[in-house]
Amino acid sequence: MLYNEPSPLEVKVLTRRFGLPGGPSLDTYLATDGFLGFRQALGMKPEEIIAQVKISNLRGRGGAGFPTGLKWGFVPRDSAGPRYIVANADEGEPGTCKDRLLMENDPHQLLEGMMIAGRAVGAHAGYIYVRGEYRYVLEILEQAIAECRRAGYLGKNILGRGFDFELYAHTGAGSYECGEESALLESLEGKRGVPRIRPPFPAVAGLYRCPTVLNNVESFSSIPVILREGGAAFAARGTPRDGGTRLYCISGHVNRPGVYELPVGFNLLRMLGEVAGGIRGGKKLKAVIPGGSSCPVLQAAECDLAMDYDTLAKAGSMLGSGGVIVIDEDTCMARVAARVIRFYAHESCGWCIPCREGTAWLAKLLKRFHEGGGSRSDLDLAAEIARNMLGRTFCPLGDAAALPTISIVEKFREEFEAHLEGRPCPFERVAGGEA
Amino acid sequence: MTFSPELEAKFQKLLASYPRGQERSALIPLLLYAQDEVGAVTPELVAEVAQRLKLEPAQVREAASYYSLLREKQPGKYHIQICTNVSCLLTGGAALFQHACRRLGIGNREATPDGEFSLAEVECLGACSWAPALQVNYDYHHGMTPEKFDQLIAALKQAG
Repeated sequence: MLYNEPSPLEVKVLTRRFGLPGGPSLDTYLATDGFLGFRQALGMKPEEIIAQVKISNLRGRGGAGFPTGLKWGFVPRDSAGPRYIVANADEGEPGTCKDRLLMENDPHQLLEGMMIAGRAVGAHAGYIYVRGEYRYVLEILEQAIAECRRAGYLGKNILGRGFDFELYAHTGAGSYECGEESALLESLEGKRGVPRIRPPFPAVAGLYRCPTVLNNVESFSSIPVILREGGAAFAARGTPRDGGTRLYCISGHVNRPGVYELPVGFNLLRMLGEVAGGIRGGKKLKAVIPGGSSCPVLQAAECDLAMDYDTLAKAGSMLGSGGVIVIDEDTCMARVAARVIRFYAHESCGWCIPCREGTAWLAKLLKRFHEGGGSRSDLDLAAEIARNMLGRTFCPLGDAAALPTISIVEKFREEFEAHLEGRPCPFERVAGGEA
Repeated sequence: MTFSPELEAKFQKLLASYPRGQERSALIPLLLYAQDEVGAVTPELVAEVAQRLKLEPAQVREAASYYSLLREKQPGKYHIQICTNVSCLLTGGAALFQHACRRLGIGNREATPDGEFSLAEVECLGACSWAPALQVNYDYHHGMTPEKFDQLIAALKQAG
């Protein structure tokens, strides 16, 4: 289903089959260029497939933005034993709701992307790790997999071309941390989802310690069109170092929140004004968290920029998973900071002490602050605790918690100070509940 | 305990999904599927799953205790999970959660005495662009308001 009206400014590449009559069926898929990319890949050498993905400038859509072709190239070609393809469908980054749509509306596109990856690295099995809350999505995927098996697109000797490949949908059971690649692999092996130390990276020692290509759902979903049209055509839609289109999830205080497919590098202010219909109620923009809640906040004056990985990095933030959270002038940033850190404190797996302790202390401190019990020195203490977490953990969750905290406290310090000496919160817009 | 035929079929399908010797991979999905039927991860379920996957019960509990959807307490017939994370917070999710507590007369992680409803404040459900969102069991409800919440409760009560 589609949950918001599309925008005329969208460039529909990955979402072109959304809402077609017939729904997400194999017939619909085959009638709309389905498996053409895979057929193309069957006639190519593995290194030629990887070369096209490199040319496409596709960068991982899960958050880190690592070049997908490069990642595939790290898989050793001469290893004995099996190799695996794993799709990260543990979508959990606050502000992000795009993989759900991609799987719900075009599951075969994801399957085809994983099959092409299998062909490229010599893997014969793949798993889609779906967050436990997405049960209906899991069922859609299982149906799509069964359809493909019946029609000979999965299984032994696919299309009579001597390639064997199987896919399985695997449900998680509630854990943000399992969206981190190494924790996901632990969870897929039936254990607690705590991260592994790297190196070795999953490309060398991943699932069952075998070489594994692990990408986000949107990344895999971009692969069929890259093989179908060629990497260069895909690259041309984006910026010189960041190819293609991507699904931006716009949430918060805009008139038309929704998920929209736009070229990488689309201007953020234009996105808010023209695509999302401007700020709700004629209010002024205060801030944007541009790529999911792990990303440092941008003040309104910083928002005239291109939404690609490099531009966001230069602006001191991140494009992350494309979750654009829009905050208006009536919102208390101390409250936002407190809620964001409470999430990370809840989701920290406890494996690394700086993250386990840091997130818990920051959550307590910022909650107290928002409720009017803070002192001036708390602000410096918050920044110090957060800085002590940076780079000191096995996985990026520690940084993901520290970075937004540091940026909100720094950029909106006056708002925090307005809560001092027991004064009530000067903002009432976000009413109800605990921070 | 014995598995229902449906659960047994799911278990066999899971076993066939992982390489020989890696049956432990079935653990988390199996626990969740079993919980869907039993309501909670009970000691009997832990023992049964441990035996089937050739694990110690402690290994099953160790893994199960990590995951927020796996629970030891029976929920209500309708388990209502309301997101109050940042996108939902900005659009009224926290106020919605407070309203739900008042409406049902229960707090976070509590159930109504008749066992019909239970309530939980949860983290991001992946519905940020259609916030505030909640789930009743596995069903999503987007763009919720206190009024829509009351209508939803009335409809669920009528459905029985």
